[in-house]
Amino acid sequence: MTFLPSSLRQPSALPGFGLALGFTLAALSLIVLLPLAALVLRAASIGPADFFKIASDPRTLAALRLSFGTALIAALINTVFGLLIAWVLVRYRFPGRRIIDAAVDLPFALPTAVAGISMAAIYAPNGPIGSIAQNFGLKIAYTPLGIVLALVFIGLPFVVRTVQPVLEEVESDIEEASALLGASRLRTVFQVVLPHVYPALLTGFALAFARGVGEYGSVIFIAGNIPLVSEIAPLLIVIKLEEFDYGGATVIATLMLAISFAMLFLINAIQGWSRTKYGNV
Amino acid sequence: MAMSDRFLPLAHTPERATSETALTKAVLIGIAGLFLVAILFFPLVTVFIEALRKGWGTLFENFSDPDTLAAIRLTLLVAAIAVPFNAVVGLAASWAIAKFEFKGKNLLLTLIDLPFAISPVISGLVFVLLFGAQGWLGPWLVAHNVQIIFAVPGIVLATVLVTFPFVARELIPLMQSQGTSEEEAALMLGASGWYTFFKVTLPNVKWALLYGVLLCNARAMGEFGAVSVVSGHIRGLTNTMPLHIEILYNEYNFVGAFAVASLLAGLALFTLLAKSLLEWRFAGELAASSRRN
Repeated sequence: MTFLPSSLRQPSALPGFGLALGFTLAALSLIVLLPLAALVLRAASIGPADFFKIASDPRTLAALRLSFGTALIAALINTVFGLLIAWVLVRYRFPGRRIIDAAVDLPFALPTAVAGISMAAIYAPNGPIGSIAQNFGLKIAYTPLGIVLALVFIGLPFVVRTVQPVLEEVESDIEEASALLGASRLRTVFQVVLPHVYPALLTGFALAFARGVGEYGSVIFIAGNIPLVSEIAPLLIVIKLEEFDYGGATVIATLMLAISFAMLFLINAIQGWSRTKYGNV
Repeated sequence: MAMSDRFLPLAHTPERATSETALTKAVLIGIAGLFLVAILFFPLVTVFIEALRKGWGTLFENFSDPDTLAAIRLTLLVAAIAVPFNAVVGLAASWAIAKFEFKGKNLLLTLIDLPFAISPVISGLVFVLLFGAQGWLGPWLVAHNVQIIFAVPGIVLATVLVTFPFVARELIPLMQSQGTSEEEAALMLGASGWYTFFKVTLPNVKWALLYGVLLCNARAMGEFGAVSVVSGHIRGLTNTMPLHIEILYNEYNFVGAFAVASLLAGLALFTLLAKSLLEWRFAGELAASSRRN
């Protein structure tokens, strides 16, 4: 039944390992790995000179800078407000708490295109918030600011849902000890409670950031999509594909993946460092 | 004396030491509430307001438009293929990963989660590079008259890729925490492997499976980026509901776009409600990461 040599697998009384693993690997290979390999092979078949030419095109660079920049700002905003929302949901009891708790997952459930047209309608110059901002000389929709707002919507649940379970597990005796030793409440919160949450907060930030970099549906309606100004990298891939420029699309996709993985690797390294500093929480 | 002065207030109001003042609480709850209203509630409510801008009659007229009906049918078809497929993969993956110890398990877990780390547009792009006219298998597919890109099979494949991890990641942690003792007991008593799976394992994970299927379905029906790349946007043929929203919106048919959007927003509300009910009623039978109280 099983095709793995016994040295790779510990003995078990349960049957079906070979079937389950075989089916999983077959599906994974056909649906995920083979198509991704097609991307890597395609990128490898583009010569370094051509690759560099597409990669250093001002439009490509502007799109990558915009995607990573707006995703970074949105993830930072979500880190602050996501922590605050998680704190309020875990620590306080108030009417409507359960509804708010359930509503945090709305961005997971609402299709991105729906969120996109709705936010474009709200923040457009003739929309309810856009018109108010217009009076103050602030343009939101069709600028990078609109992109940030869309990415804040998309990324919020990642931070809240990562921090919430960790915050729930912080023991109250460390807070009591800190208070008894004379620390102010503010100091207790920031120097005793929150350090336990930092690794989870960093994970939430990384997830929100990664999602924001690749986000397409909610952004393109509010972005205005002006080349060099408000054209995100995923949209540039779509434009290259519509022009049947497979090479251009492949180069931009490869760059996006490479930068994303490098940043996730960096965050994992910081994560490991903070674990040794704050303990495994 | 100085010491007792310092500790006296604590003795009278013990909750003060490990909690904030009522004012601080109210301010923090207020800020969190305002942020959520502005970022989450406002876009949701706007969908329904815009959809009903010209009244209920226009809304239902929009629903009966043939292209809209075709988009609804296609979205249901794609989800009907992608969700059961990923549910079966999720069950197989969690059986292998949670019930057995083998080398390379962490790598397998990372690879299953990989689609979460990839832009949806790239998830569509990879299938174009594989099956498109200039793709690796493109010439062969053309010669044999098989169309995948700009057709329903491409839409299904892109959706399956994007929603691949949803069921597996709900089931794996739960089945890991449940261990193997119940299955071992069933086998000792003479049950067959499949009988044990259907009568012991599956009932133990049924609510987590439903939870994963709900999330998987919400994403499958709402997926935009990946599907947009492979669909070709042929009205009545390869337009899913989210793509149809885009077409209507770009034609300045805002009421029509928001009418279709209101259906998907309704689905999102249903998903949230069902998900919350599962979290409240069956908290103990869901993976630790998805429990709420």
